[in-house]
Amino acid sequence: MAEPVKDWTTDYDIFDPAYKRDPFPIWDEIREECPIAHTERWGGSFMPTRYEDLFNIARNIQTYSSRNVLVADFEPSAYGEDPEGVPAEVQTASQTAGGAPPITADPPVHTWARKLLLPPFSATQVARYEPETRELCAELIAGFIANGRADGAADYAQQIPPRVIASMLGIPKDKAETFTGWVRGFLELGLTDPEMRQSSAISIFSYMNEVIQERKQNLREGDLPSYLLTSQVDGEPVPEAHVLGTCFLLMVAGIDTTWSSIGSAIWHLAQHPADRARLIAEPELIDSAVEELLRAYSPVTMARYVAEETEYAGCPMHEGDKVLMNFPAANRDPRVFENPDQVIIDREKNPHIAFGVGIHRCAGSNLARMEMKVAIQEWLKHIPEFRLEAPDEVTWAGGQVRGPRKMALVWGS
Amino acid sequence: MKVHVDSEKCQGHNRCYALAPGLFKVDEFGYATERNDGVVPENMRDKARLAVENCPERAISIVEDDASA
Ligand code: HEM
Ligand code: SF4
Repeated sequence: MAEPVKDWTTDYDIFDPAYKRDPFPIWDEIREECPIAHTERWGGSFMPTRYEDLFNIARNIQTYSSRNVLVADFEPSAYGEDPEGVPAEVQTASQTAGGAPPITADPPVHTWARKLLLPPFSATQVARYEPETRELCAELIAGFIANGRADGAADYAQQIPPRVIASMLGIPKDKAETFTGWVRGFLELGLTDPEMRQSSAISIFSYMNEVIQERKQNLREGDLPSYLLTSQVDGEPVPEAHVLGTCFLLMVAGIDTTWSSIGSAIWHLAQHPADRARLIAEPELIDSAVEELLRAYSPVTMARYVAEETEYAGCPMHEGDKVLMNFPAANRDPRVFENPDQVIIDREKNPHIAFGVGIHRCAGSNLARMEMKVAIQEWLKHIPEFRLEAPDEVTWAGGQVRGPRKMALVWGS
Repeated sequence: MKVHVDSEKCQGHNRCYALAPGLFKVDEFGYATERNDGVVPENMRDKARLAVENCPERAISIVEDDASA
């Protein structure tokens, strides 16, 4: 077991139970006392917490590379040192394509990898998946509404993103449960458990590799693997290893993150009847409410790799150091947001960076917003009144993706 | 009043388009540009300011038009 944290500014631990449960006062303390905290834990890292610092660091891609975006990962490859039993294509994908482009790439690879990915995730393209997402949410609710209770995380939030991304990838939705296991194994439980991390990564890569091999024989209209396989970059087909790395990323980046956001939104609404009532009476507020919930409960903290000697705000940084991009803390910075700890669903000025800032701005942000909007609308439509059964018993995942994992909700009688 | 999107800074967050589709449009990659040479009709000035305040990349600028201010 890790030692308890005594001083958050010099010894923070993003996997500490207190940090997972309630990081907000910790961020406030760091932000005011020593805005770029440091720790030796998990291989060592720096952690900026002010909006302006996040903004500056994210945009300095020369110094702060994305070659490694996971803080407790010591290997640039997802496989560690022993890739035995891993299919050759899969090894190539993780090494030559740099893992999971574009998130793990710097320019020039990043530039074309991202350009390739943006059109299918534009707001217009993503809107095609709205009706089926709505149907899915209604179906999930129909499955438990009569019970007067459900787990808002496991039975609802967690069920939505894997099915939507499965649909986009053109793979059977009944695989969704399996993906959820793999993605949690990689990104949640696996962050501090290299073996689980490795075996989960291999499962995802291997499965996606099968899908890609199959698609090469039978291309399909409109699914992402077929789109990537038939796309060209500078007149050349996209290398297969790259297609695989990108499909891997879509699965990993699209599931845990979005479900955490949906879960946090439901957690908030369960405790704020006035916000529920307002969203029902003024449905046009949904878009600003989604942005506000993204701001207040931003789930994602990515890392950067310091690529050259530098000094930031008096902190000397060396090549190979990690910087934890605490976008969530920036979104609660009182220098930018008035009453940052208050959720104001019609907040006017809200330039939040829950989806990052700069060239790595979340490519899936339009999809994530659509899923959040639909999940909230459908929930309120069918279950306008509900509450947490036992607020103290809600459990949270923390580390680099934060959201509720067990959240018993009750309604009716 | 006129608005302008600096295409070097825009990263396609889509916030301006969501808030003021009458003033901005986005291309197939999600990058924004101003409509109608950036001219902001009188009744859309608040929307223009809202777009500036919500763009996380600080990519949108407003040029006030002295004659009509
Ligand atoms: C609420 C849900 C989500 C949040 C908060 C979120 C957050 C983020 C953040 C903060 C980044 C930037 C990482 C960095 O700067 O290193 C990012 C990148 C990315 N996200 Fe998301 N994400 C969400 C959902 C999704 C979804 C649904 C997808 C797609 C299926 C997705 C795909 C990506 C991709 C491809 C990138 C890499 C973009 C690049 O490097 O150019 N995300 N996300
Ligand atoms: S809000 Fe800013 S970054 Fe986003 S599309 Fe508009 S101009 Fe571009």
